[in-house]
Amino acid sequence: MGVTVIATESLSKRFPRVTALDRLSVDIGPGVTGLVGANGAGKSTLIKILLGLSPATEGRAEVLGLDVATKGADIRERVGYMPEHDCLPPDVSATEFVVHMARMSGLPPTAARERTADTLRHVGLYEERYRPIGGYSTGMKQRVKLAQALVHDPQLVFLDEPTNGLDPVGRDEMLGLIRRVHTDFGISVLVTSHLLGELERTCDHVVVIDGGKLLRSSSTTDFTQTTTTLAIEVTDTDDHPDGTRAVRDALHARGVTVEDGSGLPGAGHVLLLTAAGEETYDLVRDVIADLGLGLVRMEQRRHHISEVFKDGDAARKEAVGHGN
Amino acid sequence: MATEQPTATAAGDQTRIHNIGYRSYDGPRLGRAYARRSLYSQSLRGAYGLGRSAKSKVLPMLLFVVMCLPAGIMVAVAVATKANELPLDYTRYAIVLQAVISLYVAAQAPQSVSRDLRFKTVPLYFSRPIETSDYVRAKYAALASALFILTAAPLLVLYVGALLAELDFADQTEGFAQGLVSVALLSLLFAGLGLVVASVTPRRGFGIAAVIAVLTITYGAVSTLQAIADVQDSSGAVVWIGLFSPITLIDGVQSAFLGATSAFPGGTGPSNAEGVVYVLVTLGLIAGAYGLLMRRYKKVGL
Ligand SMILES: Nc1ncnc2c1ncn2[C@@H]1O[C@H](COP(=O)(O)OP(=O)(O)OP(=O)(O)O)[C@@H](O)[C@H]1O
Ligand SMILES: [Mg+2]
Repeated sequence: MGVTVIATESLSKRFPRVTALDRLSVDIGPGVTGLVGANGAGKSTLIKILLGLSPATEGRAEVLGLDVATKGADIRERVGYMPEHDCLPPDVSATEFVVHMARMSGLPPTAARERTADTLRHVGLYEERYRPIGGYSTGMKQRVKLAQALVHDPQLVFLDEPTNGLDPVGRDEMLGLIRRVHTDFGISVLVTSHLLGELERTCDHVVVIDGGKLLRSSSTTDFTQTTTTLAIEVTDTDDHPDGTRAVRDALHARGVTVEDGSGLPGAGHVLLLTAAGEETYDLVRDVIADLGLGLVRMEQRRHHISEVFKDGDAARKEAVGHGN
Repeated sequence: MATEQPTATAAGDQTRIHNIGYRSYDGPRLGRAYARRSLYSQSLRGAYGLGRSAKSKVLPMLLFVVMCLPAGIMVAVAVATKANELPLDYTRYAIVLQAVISLYVAAQAPQSVSRDLRFKTVPLYFSRPIETSDYVRAKYAALASALFILTAAPLLVLYVGALLAELDFADQTEGFAQGLVSVALLSLLFAGLGLVVASVTPRRGFGIAAVIAVLTITYGAVSTLQAIADVQDSSGAVVWIGLFSPITLIDGVQSAFLGATSAFPGGTGPSNAEGVVYVLVTLGLIAGAYGLLMRRYKKVGL
């Protein structure tokens, strides 16, 4: 994994009536990391501790190699934070607000203005940035919140539920933007969500917590690539009254193992095979064409992270209604 | 990802601008002290509506004019009539115009702190290198400075006018200096009280009402009680009662130490010994206000 960006060791946070974090130990490297958990799992509490704003009851944590207990101010100079709640004054423009926040991070006046213009453009705000924030849509407000977290060019950003309140399109745009924060801007990201599904496309690594305890921490490629599966469904013809069977036999003859998709919608008509890259797609297309059958669908059935975690409330909720 | 892919068809220009590469920042990061100064100047400007909407400039500017206008008139009269003294002492000016000052504090203290609480901007500040004390000091210093500008400007008008009218230079300079010390103390005290009250409520309307109540109801109660005590010939009581409202507190301090005539009923302010108590109570309130603000914002945190 290379360098460690965030490391916690047996980190606990106990409030009088709840244990928000329970002996959490994780190592997080550069890239985009998803922090997933149901409501109350302890995600926001972890971020507050990592920013050095709330002392841990027990255990220790480091961010960018700095101890959160003693180096809070140094950490906050190098990281950005986008809170989960609204935090924007409605009566100032995005530009004025972000410039002010840049100066609060120590940027000199000219640099603050230049970086604000750049950053707002990067998050996709143009003319509207001169209008008061009060008139913005939720999606635009989320972009302003993201911009104020990025304006001082941090090494790492904490994004607390950035897709909250967005419609599916807005959500996809925000996730794309988050991906770019790492790929284009070179900034590592810790992003929280209670939706497991949406993070798998965006994150290199996912940490799942439940009730303040670590459920699992692994890279998304671990769960997904190893289980990439093709689902195929074909029509029947007069020559091949059972098209599905014909395809299976033809593929078998070429040394490809095929399972029938029992348990899936349309079971009996769906074939599942492990995709070994582009060749598999070509092979399947050729086989079907040779047999003169029609292809109803051929799609990647990546297992969702949610299916990997069968335990935990969130996982169960999330597993419903998913499956590409 | 729609915003990211430049396509020949879709909104060409914007998309292309969007794709100008990310530039990292290698310039200086000026740290806490700079951030505190920036917050101070932003808040001070904000207290006069500068850098904010035209609407938010109206009240503070109006009050500023109302504050300076009487001084201008007095000066004009003094120059025209070749008077040998100003109609009003420097130290009395703020006492006479206390209603205007109270109104200003009531409007601007909530503007300065309630907004950050109401719109939950406070956590954004504390996610940066600045600490609670930086935030509190910047906000406190900004409102105190704004009040000092409001109260010292008319004194400056009087002073310049007095010199134009060729009144005694030494006399006028001493009076002006005493007036400045007095309004500096008043600014610190009123700013502290106003901010403490405003920081308790995120609702601006409540904040305004509460600040007015604290400043004017105490004054009303104190001056009524003082009047009763004076009628009953108990001048000792008049002095001690004066400790319980901000403006009579300032009045007491300046009549004991800054050569001011007392506005207390009967015209007798505190003696020097009593004046020390006045000073201590004033400084105690200022320190107490700072302490309470620190406690308040420690709690707000994230
Ligand atoms: N200041 C506090 N005092 C007492 N309990 C708290 C405090 N902050 C958080 N908690 C509790 O700690 C637990 C974890 O809260 P946290 O906000 O970290 O959850 P979360 O994962 O961010 O949830 P959500 O998805 O709702 O944002 C919750 O049970 C919450 O009630
Ligand atoms: Mg949360």
